[in-house]
Amino acid sequence: MKYNILIGGSAGQGMDTISSLLEKILQRKGYYVFSNKDYMSRVRGGHNFIQIRFGNEPIYSYDDKLDIIIGLDQNSVEFHSKNLKKDGVFLCDDKIKWEDERRITIPMLKIAKEIGQARVFGTVGMGAIIKLLSLDDSKIEEVFNEKWDEKIANDNIEAFNKGYEYVDSKYKPKKGEAKDTLLINGNQAIALGALAGGLSFYGAYPMTPSTSIMTYLSTKQNDAGIVVEQAEDEIAAINMAIGASFTGVRAMTGTSGGGFSLMTEALGLAGITETPLVTVNVQRPGPATGLPTRTEQSDLSFILTASHGEIPRMVLSVKNPEDAFYQTARALNIADKYQMLVIILNDQFLADANQTVNKFDFDKVTIERHISGENDINKDDYKRYEITENGLSKRIIPGKIEGVTVLADSDEHDEYGHITEESEVRISQMDKRMKRMELLKDELIEPDYFGVDDPETLLIGWGSLYGGLREAVETLKDDGEKIGALIFGDIYPLPTKLLEKYSKNAKNIVNVEQNFNGQLAKFIRQETGIHCNKSILKYDGRQLYGKEIVSKLQEEVL
Amino acid sequence: MATDIKLFNSNDENAWCPGCGNFGILNSLKKAFSEANLKPHQILLCSGIGQAAKTPHYINVNGFNGLHGRALPPALGANIANKDLKIVVTSGDGDTYGEGGNHFIHNIRRNIDITHLVHDNQIYGLTKGQGSPTTAKGQVTSMQLDGVRVDPFNPIATAMTMGATFVARSFSGDVNHLSEMIQKAMEHKGYALIDILQPCVTFNKVNTFKWYKDRVYKLDENYDPTDKDQAFKKANEWGDDGIPLGIIYQDKEAISFNDRIPQIRDNKPLVDREWSPKDASKFMEDFR
Ligand SMILES: Cc1ncc(C[n+]2csc(CCOP(=O)(O)OP(=O)(O)O)c2C)c(N)n1
Ligand code: SF4
Repeated sequence: MKYNILIGGSAGQGMDTISSLLEKILQRKGYYVFSNKDYMSRVRGGHNFIQIRFGNEPIYSYDDKLDIIIGLDQNSVEFHSKNLKKDGVFLCDDKIKWEDERRITIPMLKIAKEIGQARVFGTVGMGAIIKLLSLDDSKIEEVFNEKWDEKIANDNIEAFNKGYEYVDSKYKPKKGEAKDTLLINGNQAIALGALAGGLSFYGAYPMTPSTSIMTYLSTKQNDAGIVVEQAEDEIAAINMAIGASFTGVRAMTGTSGGGFSLMTEALGLAGITETPLVTVNVQRPGPATGLPTRTEQSDLSFILTASHGEIPRMVLSVKNPEDAFYQTARALNIADKYQMLVIILNDQFLADANQTVNKFDFDKVTIERHISGENDINKDDYKRYEITENGLSKRIIPGKIEGVTVLADSDEHDEYGHITEESEVRISQMDKRMKRMELLKDELIEPDYFGVDDPETLLIGWGSLYGGLREAVETLKDDGEKIGALIFGDIYPLPTKLLEKYSKNAKNIVNVEQNFNGQLAKFIRQETGIHCNKSILKYDGRQLYGKEIVSKLQEEVL
Repeated sequence: MATDIKLFNSNDENAWCPGCGNFGILNSLKKAFSEANLKPHQILLCSGIGQAAKTPHYINVNGFNGLHGRALPPALGANIANKDLKIVVTSGDGDTYGEGGNHFIHNIRRNIDITHLVHDNQIYGLTKGQGSPTTAKGQVTSMQLDGVRVDPFNPIATAMTMGATFVARSFSGDVNHLSEMIQKAMEHKGYALIDILQPCVTFNKVNTFKWYKDRVYKLDENYDPTDKDQAFKKANEWGDDGIPLGIIYQDKEAISFNDRIPQIRDNKPLVDREWSPKDASKFMEDFR
C-alpha cells in the first residue's frame, strides 16, 4: 500500500518546512518516502507544490493520483483536485472555496492566530494529516525540537496538536518497520559523496538547481576543513577549481546549463593541461534561461562535445541519491587517475527529490590520488607531459619537491610544458591525451537492467528516469509484458555490452528521455548503429513518472 | 642572502620582439626572486594569454599559463590549495583590465595573497596592435583607425577604489626599481598590484621608452603611501604632468583572504589535509 500526499500553496507559505518535517516523521516511522518538488521561479506568490509518496516498499517514482491534499491556496483546488482519488481528502482552510464532499475545512489561520504565530498555520494541516493516517504523534516533538528553538518548536507543537484533534482517523497504513535509513536528495548525495571522496575545494556561482550542492558543502567547511568559495561568475569558478587541482587538492565545481555554457572554454583548459577536474551540471530546461526551476535532460548532446577542440572526458549521469553518492566519489578517483575531466549530469528533478535510501557505506569509498613523489621521477629532467605507453605521465604537485618545477600550459606544449607549434609534438601530445578514452573502457559501469531476460520491448533511458522506468517495467511485467529497461549511468564512453545483449531480439527499442531530440538515442546510434524505433519524449519541464510511462507505452507501443 | 639568479634561467626559446619592454620585467622578476632568497619550486607564476602572459616559459619556476583574462582565478585556487607557495601573476593590460576585469575587481575585494604584475603596454601585443583598456583616447591603432573612442581605464585609481591594499607603479626600463617593487609586493600580506609601464616596440609607437622616460618620476622618501587622500591624487596623475612611480598606496593592517578563512589560517596548507572517507560518515546524521 502506498499513500500519496500533496501540499500546495504559494511561495513563501512555508511548504518546504511542512513537507520536510512530514517526510522526516514518515521516515522515522519506518516508511519509504519519495518526495518531489514543483516550484516556480519566484520567491513569493505563484503556485508551488510538493508531493510526498510513502509506503512499506521502496518507491522509485512519483504518482499523480492523490490520497490527501493540503491546499494552502485557492490554486490548489484548480490544479490538483482533479487528481484526488474518489475517497481522498482535501484539507484546507475555510477560506478556500470548493464544493465537494471530500473537502475537510480546518480554520488553520484562525488556530494559528490564536496561538499567536500566524506562520504555524501549515503545521495545523500537518497534524491533521498524521491523524488522518492514524499515525501516533510520538515523534513530533523530537523532530520539531531538532529544527527550531524552544519557543517556535512549542508553537508548532501546539498547532500540530490542534490540527491532530480536528479530524478523525481515516486511513490505516500497515505499520512501518523502523529501519536505519537516510532521507536525502540527489544534490545532497552528490555533496556527501564529494566529502567522502576527499574533496577539499569547491568553487561555484549560484544557479538553480545546482545551488544546494554549494550550500550544503559550505555548511561543512569548518567541520571538514575544506573551502567553498562563491566565485564572481562560473568562469572564475571553474578556473579556480583548476588552479586548486593543479596545486594538488581535490577540487570540483558545479552549475546548471547556462553556467556550464560559460565554463566550456575552461573544460578545454583542464583537458590540455591534464588537470583532474570534476564538474557537475544539474540540468534545467534551456535554452538560455529556459525554465529555471523545472527539469529536463537536454544538455547531454552539448556536454558530450562541449569545449572547442578535442579533449578526453568522461560523462556520467546519476540515477538516484545512492548512485549519486558513490558516483561522485568515483568521479573524483577517475579524474585523478587519468588526470582528466569528469562531468556528472544531474537534473532538477533528482536534485530536489527526497528519497529514503539505505545508509551509505563509507567503507566502499576510497581516495586514490595517483600523485608522484620525489622517488618516482627523474629529478634532473622532470617532464610533466612525458610521452608514455598509456598516455599518462607522472603528475607531481608544485612546491612539493625541492629543485623540481612544474609547468602547465593552455597552448599546445612539449613534454616539459613549453609552448610549441611543431607538428610532430602536437600529434604526439594529442595522441597521448586521447589515449585515456581507451583506458577508460576498463572502468565503465554497464547500465542497470530491469525486466525479463529476453525483452520484446526494450526501454532505454538515463539518469533520473531510473525511478520512473523501473516502476513502469515492474508494472508492465506484472501484466505479462515481455519488457525490460536499460538505464544508463555512465554514458561517455558508452558501455555497450548489455545494450547489445538486450537489443538483439527486441522488436521495439524505445528511448525514454526528457528532451526534444532524443539525445541519448542519437548518441547510441552514432556509437553502435543501434536504432531506437520509438521514442517517448517529454520536455514540458515536468518529470516523466512511472504511470505516465506505462500509459504512453500502452498508447503508442504495446 | 640571495639564491643564485641562474637557477631561474629557462632554456625555452624566447618569442618576444627584440627590444620589447617585457625583457626588463623578466630580469626584474629573476632579480627579485633571487634577492628574496626564494627557490624555483617555492614560486608559482600564473598567467593568462598575451605576450606578457608567456613569462612563465622564460623563467624556471612553477608555471600555470591558462586562458585569456583568467590568470587570477587559478592563482586564487592555487593560493587556497597551498598558502605556502609564493604566487605571482604576470599579465597584460588587456588580459587583466579587459577580458579579466571581473576577476580583477573581485580578487581585490578578496585581498588574495598574491603579487599581480600587469605589463601595461597600452596596446594588445599578441593580437597585433588593437587598443587596450589603457590606450589613450584618440590614439590611432591597427583597429581604431579614427582613434580610440573610449576613455582609458585608470588601473591605479580603480584598484584603490575597490580597496586594494597595495598599489604600485613601476617602469620596465628601470630594473632596480621594479625588482624592489616586486620584493615589496611579495612581502605584502594580501593583494599587491604593480602596474608596469612596458613599451611595446612593435605596435605602440606613441608610448615608447622615451615617452615613458621623459614623464616618469619616483615618489620621494617623504611620500606616505598610507595617506589615502594623497594617494588618490597620485593615482590620477598621468601623462605630461608626470607619472609617479613607487608604492602609491599601502594598507599594512589588512587581513589577507586566507587569513579570513579559519580552516586555512589555523591549519597546515589545504594540500596537506588528511582525510579518509570514513571521516565524512558523521555527516550522514544530517539526513537521519
Ligand atoms: C577568449 C579569448 N579571446 C581572445 C583571445 C585572443 N587574445 C590573445 S592575447 C589577446 C590580447 C593580449 O593583450 P594584452 O593582455 O594587453 O597582452 P600583450 O600581448 O600586450 O602582452 C587577445 C585578445 C584569446 N586568446 N582568448
Ligand atoms: S609585440 Fe610588443 S609586447 Fe609583444 S613582444 Fe613585441 S614588442 Fe613586446
